[in-house]
Amino acid sequence: MSPSITDLAAGQEIGSRTVEVTRTDLVKYAGASGDFNPIHWNEAFATGVELPGVIAHGMFTMGSAVQLVTDWAGDPAAVVDFQTRFTKPVLVTDTTGTAEPGATIEVSGTIGKLDAEAGTARVDLTVTAAGQKVLMKAQAVVKLS
Amino acid sequence: MTINPDLQGRSYPAAEVYDVGREKIREFARAVKATHPAHFDVDAATALGHRDLVAPPTFAIIIAQRADAQLIEDPDAGIDFSRVVHADQRFTHHRPIFAGDRLVAELHVDGVRAMGGGAMITTRSEIFALGDGDAREQVTTTTSSILVRGEGQ
Repeated sequence: MSPSITDLAAGQEIGSRTVEVTRTDLVKYAGASGDFNPIHWNEAFATGVELPGVIAHGMFTMGSAVQLVTDWAGDPAAVVDFQTRFTKPVLVTDTTGTAEPGATIEVSGTIGKLDAEAGTARVDLTVTAAGQKVLMKAQAVVKLS
Repeated sequence: MTINPDLQGRSYPAAEVYDVGREKIREFARAVKATHPAHFDVDAATALGHRDLVAPPTFAIIIAQRADAQLIEDPDAGIDFSRVVHADQRFTHHRPIFAGDRLVAELHVDGVRAMGGGAMITTRSEIFALGDGDAREQVTTTTSSILVRGEGQ
């Protein structure tokens, strides 16, 4: 059931989600997206270009964060605009062969703005990993019924 | 290596066609840990009024990054890919992307700004779905900024 604009108010929370990430997840994202930059799967390459280690694709973080909005909206097609700035990399440690994640991304969303004329709500996402904001101005505009 | 300042205003016409397949939508959805049934189950998608599986909101990055590759791999651009950092990204969907769409992207270089020894380059991909004959429908506009780090950045 999709939310109705009349039931919403700016500042209202839409929920939260935790995304656990492993090195295997980054390999899967590389294959699915076609982005094979080795900084996302090869430790030696990543440290060789002055990164602290293997980092998640910014687009993995962006793409997984928006699922909170998709599920809340009830229809992925309702997300008509989605933007972000990438501020901090998400460092993913190598936990291959264990049940532990290599990083944990926390996502929460609030209603930023309602546009009754357009029938849209802007959802502002807060996305953190290791206690730091990794996305800034992460905003999804949702068409409401 | 220095960025060619004449890149601003340059366009790359639509090149290869990207055929959106159901299994690619499912694969991409799993890769971003999406669970909405409209990405996986045709009946669930049609129950929402869609003609086929719906792509996740960031799926268009596949097509946009293929278009960007034309610029990044252009020797005349002077871009060292190993020094590229993704700075920002936006998707504006004029309509959703569905399985069965045949998509093309036109790439526009909207901005080139020197930053220290590097440069911030803003590109825009206009993604269209091909229809019958010469018909094409605007589907998604993506904009992205990349920072090409200079020496010591």
